[in-house]
Amino acid sequence: MSTIRISIDSDLCVGSGQCALTAPGVFTQDDDGYGAVLPGREDGGGDPLAREAARACPVGAVTVEED
Amino acid sequence: MTDSGIRTLPPAAPVFPQDRTCPYRPPADYDRLIADGPLTRATLYDGRQVWLVTGHAEARALLVDPRLSTDRQNPAFPVIAPSSERQGEIRLPVLGVDDPEHGRQRRMLIPHFGLKRVTAMRPRIQQVVDGLLDTMLAEGPGADLVRAFALPVPSMVICDLLGIPYADHAFFEDSSRAMLIAGTSDESMAAFDELRDYLEDLVDRRRAEPGEGLLDELVADRLAAGELDRNEVALTALLLLVAGHETTSNMISLGTYSLLEHPDQLAALRADPALMPGAVEELLRFLSIADGLIRVATEDFEIGGRTVRAGDGVMIGTSLVNRDAAAYADPDALDVHRSARHHVAFGFGVHQCLGQNLARAEMEIALTTLFQRIPTLSPAVAPDEVPLKPGHSLQGLFAFPVTW
Repeated sequence: MSTIRISIDSDLCVGSGQCALTAPGVFTQDDDGYGAVLPGREDGGGDPLAREAARACPVGAVTVEED
Repeated sequence: MTDSGIRTLPPAAPVFPQDRTCPYRPPADYDRLIADGPLTRATLYDGRQVWLVTGHAEARALLVDPRLSTDRQNPAFPVIAPSSERQGEIRLPVLGVDDPEHGRQRRMLIPHFGLKRVTAMRPRIQQVVDGLLDTMLAEGPGADLVRAFALPVPSMVICDLLGIPYADHAFFEDSSRAMLIAGTSDESMAAFDELRDYLEDLVDRRRAEPGEGLLDELVADRLAAGELDRNEVALTALLLLVAGHETTSNMISLGTYSLLEHPDQLAALRADPALMPGAVEELLRFLSIADGLIRVATEDFEIGGRTVRAGDGVMIGTSLVNRDAAAYADPDALDVHRSARHHVAFGFGVHQCLGQNLARAEMEIALTTLFQRIPTLSPAVAPDEVPLKPGHSLQGLFAFPVTW
């Protein structure tokens, strides 16, 4: 079974919050308003919304890679 | 070309933007733009031809494309109405600059609009909404929903956030509206100058006597460190003040109007309040109040089978993009059950609305509470008698007489 690895490029992030709104089980925002992957959820936790969140990001800061 | 060399001129490209006749529908003449989409030509009020984007996929691709600029000081930047003819005289922070400067300015503001900050503001938003409805109910039945509710909700909230005295609201609301809707560029600039002078004075006062808003943090952190000068702090506050109250107030008034005009959708929302966050997304898509995002191309490129040249004006027809049948089934229907995700009502790319999550919270709380507290709310005039804002401004209602 293939696994995925999720990451956020914080240099690109503009703090829109789309990742955390779309897939709150995988993403959050840090105290400064930038997107972050929830600890332990770097593999997406099987959440189908993780890819949806990547598409929702207005600046392409969310990457979903196949391992 | 015919054999005789006589060329048949194509019919003139439709004018953009046009005034809406129904508060929630794109003007009927825009059908011609859709038919020739996803990238077509439109004619601005001054006769200039620009590219008009109607396709959802194309809009999302272009809004992240660094070859399109938002620099209003670029002489080729499209002017969409007489009120904007002097736009090049103003260097608007964030909104009117490109990366990397845009990123530097936006990063100073991002922490103030994060989801956690917005969540922390919800009780205060609820308090503002409750207080305004108390007054409206005590003074009614009968009110202008714009003056009594839709405008003061976001106005009070943005004043709190920025640290601007709400007592000055009549001044800045009138100036903001004049700046956006004025018939001439001189009137628009005069309103802009008044607002800027007011905010520069406020910056000076806060240097001497600090308060507790975002404006004060900009003064204490950025102005003191020399990262922003007095004018930049004032213009940043101006941008947030205008964007913070004009947009959301239009969404609250138009959202209310639209739900009252679609009683089945309102009934569904009443039966299941958990639908409200999705309904807000749908209203954002359906209403597309910032109907026409403006850019200028800085390089030649191809998209949608067309060649865009450096210096060409490019406009994103938000209401058409958000009703692209390739992206949304039955796009002209207001459906609070649909997933309206990926709409471009807040834009897309690095300039996507900074305050979008604050706006979502305000809309959710305002609409939920309004229909709970006044279940018999109804328009007090015929639907076609509600005065609409002009096509070149943010879409909205000048007034909305209601009763209960």
